[in-house]
Amino acid sequence: MTKSIVVEGLGRRFGDFVAVRDVSFHVQKGEIFGYLGANGAGKSTTIRMLSGLLAPSSGHARVAGHDISKAPDKVKASIGYMSQKFSLYLDLTVRENLEFFGGIYGRWGRALDRRVEETLESIGMRELASTSTAALPGGLRQRLALGSALFHQPPIVFLDEPTAGVDPASRREFWKLIRGISSAGTTVFVTTHYMDEAEYCARIGLMVAGTLVALDTPAALKKQWVPGRILRLEGQGLVRALPAVRGLGGVVEAQSFGNGVHVRFDPARTGDEAIVASVRALPAVAVHSVEAVEANLEDVFLAAADAKAEKAIRGAA
Amino acid sequence: MTASTTSRALSIETSAIGRDFGSGKTLNRAVGALSLEIPHGELFGLIGPDGAGKTTLLRMMAGLLPPTRGTVRVEGFDPFGKEADHARDVVGLVPQEHSLYGDLTVGENLDFFADLYGLDGEELRTRRERLMSITRLGTFLDRRAAQLSGGMYKKLAVACALLHQPDVLLLDEPTNGVDPPSRRELWELLYEFVDQGMTIVVTTPYMDEATRCHRVALMDRGEIIAMDAPERLVASLDAAVLEVSLASVPNARERATALVESSELVIASAPLGASLRVVVESRNEAALAKALEGLGTLSRTAPSFEDLFLTAIARREKTAATKEAA
Repeated sequence: MTKSIVVEGLGRRFGDFVAVRDVSFHVQKGEIFGYLGANGAGKSTTIRMLSGLLAPSSGHARVAGHDISKAPDKVKASIGYMSQKFSLYLDLTVRENLEFFGGIYGRWGRALDRRVEETLESIGMRELASTSTAALPGGLRQRLALGSALFHQPPIVFLDEPTAGVDPASRREFWKLIRGISSAGTTVFVTTHYMDEAEYCARIGLMVAGTLVALDTPAALKKQWVPGRILRLEGQGLVRALPAVRGLGGVVEAQSFGNGVHVRFDPARTGDEAIVASVRALPAVAVHSVEAVEANLEDVFLAAADAKAEKAIRGAA
Repeated sequence: MTASTTSRALSIETSAIGRDFGSGKTLNRAVGALSLEIPHGELFGLIGPDGAGKTTLLRMMAGLLPPTRGTVRVEGFDPFGKEADHARDVVGLVPQEHSLYGDLTVGENLDFFADLYGLDGEELRTRRERLMSITRLGTFLDRRAAQLSGGMYKKLAVACALLHQPDVLLLDEPTNGVDPPSRRELWELLYEFVDQGMTIVVTTPYMDEATRCHRVALMDRGEIIAMDAPERLVASLDAAVLEVSLASVPNARERATALVESSELVIASAPLGASLRVVVESRNEAALAKALEGLGTLSRTAPSFEDLFLTAIARREKTAATKEAA
């Protein structure tokens, strides 16, 4: 397989602040690569460097075969970019917005018309071509923004929180489009705070405070970072008993979740029955139902962030 | 706050409340006629697609937008009657749009809201420090609000509303763009407040957050289409949620995905690790199995809240389309 993005020891400082520290990874052609991290973890700084918009302080990267430091203009021409605050002209129609982007990329005449039609078709908006952009709901504006980012048929597209604030049904439609362009060979580099979307990625890189702390498939990450078994308990007095539950032998973590609490424990140290019995024995607690639940990527995210924080504290001590 | 005339068992009560925008041909019934009873200490979620009427409903509860029909009472007070001032005292709203002063710093915004609510002393200091540590905004006190990222701005808006602990807190998509660690901490904070008796109504597009609420109302086009504890709603889903185990034939995954995504039978589908997850009406299960013959086999799997949401919305759209065609 060909590598579409190759990153080696990439770093960026702003004064004393290290936004990105010694990050290395690669993305295959046509892969959907998820780049996750908290606000301020260095995701956008990485994207800006990989888009040829910001020079790195250290390290190298090649995007679509071009060196980001030596040939940033070639990088820019090889990528599409769409952000959370995507830029569309609201007073233009859907077609006019696409024509405008086509003009920027130097298309005109019949070639422009053809590409506009192709794009409208690929984002499923042919019937809406003459609609004013201002009249479109959020989900459709977002599709149009994706169409604009893909207008010049770049081999790689960067999507920076493309679905923030969009409802689930529209998000699923959007991801159908993403999977379509990926299977057609376009590399997709996406950031998101939605963990259900992270599940759609072939591989995920997890950034914590400028460092890439984990990189693998969603299934492998869960196995590695959230070992143990999780029980969901419902009943009375459980929320107030959480500190006590956290202190029980074998318990790794306990937290509120809706009408119940989720308790994660090490199955080598204790079992379902022992855990439930110990919780039941706590004062003013009643347990009415017990159910095993699966770890999710949010659990992975939090475990990795905690591990990094712990390491930093230990390192400083 | 003294008790008013009506029962204090309920924190928020709406009776056939509704709101129209426009008139004549452009009349839009943003909220139909909704009756809700939310007890004290409940964490209640409003879940629905764009345009469902969630924000309009919250704004009526907050006393910011008068209803076209029906009534609302918050802690017994009518926000549009003589007791409007009382109602406003007990409610806090964090709107979706910008609610802070962009040219003030994080610290100055907190000071402004503390002044506005007439707060000072040791309790304010403790609460403020706690909120800053939970939201991790403590190191950004001198940054102007306008220069915060979307997620950090949201956190500050919620922190400002929580400075005075209102009896009723209304949050309109408080976690859009907020990262998972802060989001989880925010929820833990909300649990703590509801445990102390605060009533919280929250709108969210995150399905995992819907399941964190005690009770949710699924909204679509101004109506409530289902309302219950999230786990009970999921348990009541009568559609078939299926996992496709792919056959070892070339391109099985691509072919099965293409088939599923274009099939009229399918309500919703998504990749699931190396396989696929599909929701269909139970009566269509056999037909889908036949369509996928040679590509994969189906087995039932546990439904999620998102399956429930997508099924409920898809069924409504189908009914609406049938009506329109008739």
